Amino acid sequence: MPHVTFLDAITQALREEMERDSKVILMGEDIGAYGGAFGVTRGLRERFGADRVMDTPLAELALVGAAIGCSYLGLRPVVEFQFADFISSGFDQIVNFAATSRYRWGVGVPLVLRGPWGGGVRAGMFHSRCMEMWFVHTPGIKVVVPGTVRDARGLLKSSIRDGDPVLYLEHKYLYRRLKDDLPDQEELTPIGKADVALEGKDLTIVTYGAMRTACLEAARELERDGIRPEVVDLRTLVPLDRAAVIESVRKTNKLLIVHEDTRTGGIAGEIAVSVCEEAFEDLDGPILRVTAPDTPVPYAPTLEDYFLPRAEDVVKAVRKLAKY
Amino acid sequence: MPTEVKMPQMGESIYEGTITKWLKKAGDDVAKDEPLYELSTDKVDTEIPSPVSGRLEKIAVAAGKKVPIHTVVCWVEEGAPAAAPPSGVGGVVAGMPPVAPEQEPAAPPPAGEKPAPPPAPAKPVPEPAAPSAPSEHGGDGERVFASPLVRKIAREENVDLSQIQGTGGGGRITKEDILAYVESRKAGPAIAARPAAAPALAPAAAPPSEVAGAMAGRPAAGAAPAKPAIGRPGEVVPMSPMRAKIAEHMVMSKRTSAHVHTVFEVDLSKIWALREREKDDYERVYSLKLTFTTFFAAAAAEAIKEFPTLNSSVNGTNIILKREIHLGIAVALPDGLIVPVVKNVEEKSFLGLQRAISDVAERARLKKLTLDDVQGGTFTITNPGIYGGLFGTPIINQPQVAILGVGGIEKRPVVIDDAIAIRPMCHLVLGFDHRVIDGAVADQFMAKVKNVLQNWSLPIK
Repeated sequence: MPHVTFLDAITQALREEMERDSKVILMGEDIGAYGGAFGVTRGLRERFGADRVMDTPLAELALVGAAIGCSYLGLRPVVEFQFADFISSGFDQIVNFAATSRYRWGVGVPLVLRGPWGGGVRAGMFHSRCMEMWFVHTPGIKVVVPGTVRDARGLLKSSIRDGDPVLYLEHKYLYRRLKDDLPDQEELTPIGKADVALEGKDLTIVTYGAMRTACLEAARELERDGIRPEVVDLRTLVPLDRAAVIESVRKTNKLLIVHEDTRTGGIAGEIAVSVCEEAFEDLDGPILRVTAPDTPVPYAPTLEDYFLPRAEDVVKAVRKLAKY
Repeated sequence: MPTEVKMPQMGESIYEGTITKWLKKAGDDVAKDEPLYELSTDKVDTEIPSPVSGRLEKIAVAAGKKVPIHTVVCWVEEGAPAAAPPSGVGGVVAGMPPVAPEQEPAAPPPAGEKPAPPPAPAKPVPEPAAPSAPSEHGGDGERVFASPLVRKIAREENVDLSQIQGTGGGGRITKEDILAYVESRKAGPAIAARPAAAPALAPAAAPPSEVAGAMAGRPAAGAAPAKPAIGRPGEVVPMSPMRAKIAEHMVMSKRTSAHVHTVFEVDLSKIWALREREKDDYERVYSLKLTFTTFFAAAAAEAIKEFPTLNSSVNGTNIILKREIHLGIAVALPDGLIVPVVKNVEEKSFLGLQRAISDVAERARLKKLTLDDVQGGTFTITNPGIYGGLFGTPIINQPQVAILGVGGIEKRPVVIDDAIAIRPMCHLVLGFDHRVIDGAVADQFMAKVKNVLQNWSLPIK
């Protein structure tokens, strides 16, 4: 029985990195005494002290600004947003300051911005959104979106060791639903490398985050029809592992992109064009996508269920593409 | 909402039909009642007009596919097209020769018709996409629907895409299709090019005389059918629905009837002279070509009145003698033949008969026949003589019991009163079913036909 949850893996990564490097500090709202809104930092203040696990005011702009300052002084701050939605309050410091620092004067900002994102937990539009594309579109920030327990740990550790700002998004739907056994030895998952979650031959599904699970569920369903999709989990949106996507498309000749993010301006568009640019003549069908519609995340449970892409939506799209 | 265009029911006992050719492609404007596609059913081949004016949004059933009636075959987005395209644009109407030499590849297509070229890659791509011209179009000028991958494979393997029958959505050539083709080509040139649904060995070109209708060599209006081109040597091609139907029907007839043939030679001097004298007048006054076929039809009708067994059918041990004379006239088409029926010949004047024959023959070639036009025949006339054959031995068109074949008309020396004369002669062959017609009756019938023709006395106007 696997016992390590997605959330546990994040806590574990934080603890290991703090143990390894005394310069790693945590900053955030209610992360210390309370242990964080979801309990990710529970026990860390007791273990590492209030100097390294700092509670801050409810002011994201100040929080990010202070963290950037700490990084200039040699620390490696990991900032928690209670919900990734509220990152918008710290937007200016992130996109204008942290993201441009290395470009402006050659000084990197080793900063990790982490927070729970995504829907499916009946949290309404202010606590459920996918906001990754704001930052995908901002040169200078890496965007990391793990979809497995193992990657949650391995990617957070890599993010903390990275010399530049990293937005590390934790899907809150996976926090306690996803469980796995983790190897005891240390694992660093490279940033910018996609993972072939399932090998297949009939078409490629590219996805990330919680949709990895939905796509694998769809693949099990499709197997009964004899359709074998290859599922590629991006794991990182910036840098984007285009090579892995194209390699898979060259093998299967068809591409479906699945993301929980809303449709227009989602990563699907970027991937589709990249494939057309580099592998147009390997395509044996149109590039399709399954995404949320272009609306805020609804609060009503029935509407949220409709809004979020589900395995059955993926199955439908795959069948269409396979038949094409 | 686009209007759904459904497969129509072309007759009571017809439950499916094959779209033989799309006359419009997706994106084309189509006017109400303008032909959308050609349909082939067990009973009739025809063009199906669009129910509305608008733009052909999407084709759901590819050419060559057989689907049940009421199946949605395409969608037309309603709204008047900018200008109703002149007939012939966007699909040459079958049977009508193109007015000008075809120039479709060069003609600038309407906006949105041409597929966008692949986007320029960010980095130079070693091999720019340059689909080879022959792969772009099928033999009949239709665009072959194939993905970039398939086109690349076609280029690398030097495959003419028009040789492959697609099995994908909308008849698209899939990766599997072209790979299978390349594989089969490697295996040997004679392996099936088109993955046909049915085993489809085309019969070794049967002599025309073996096939009842291929005898309609000279249709009433006198146009010769185009040379058949069903495939290239070494290929195995599936039968068209019409061909399959002819094959089935002919074998069934041979199995059903005890075929006997009797041959008569007829001197057409009188008719020849009459026709020479009257044909210009006929054309001027009635806008009709005066054809030999009508003389033969009229003569047959006269003889049938005297020998009604020739106008019957068999039901078990009963012989059903028909009151009406519904005359089938075999008309050759470029890809087969069809036998439209002229109804109630017994009531028609010569002029009415000529008009009716010209009408059905013309509509047969334009594929505008209705189901009613091809049903109910009681006796058939066919014309195997057009290419110089002396005569043929036609197969009976079931459930009829007799068929009259008209051989070539040619001036020959004949002996008349111990003198040699030059006369336009013609062989008439009657194929009859010995189950109901004995040789004596058949010959008496033919003697009557011969008599009517040689001593023509009926008014023709």
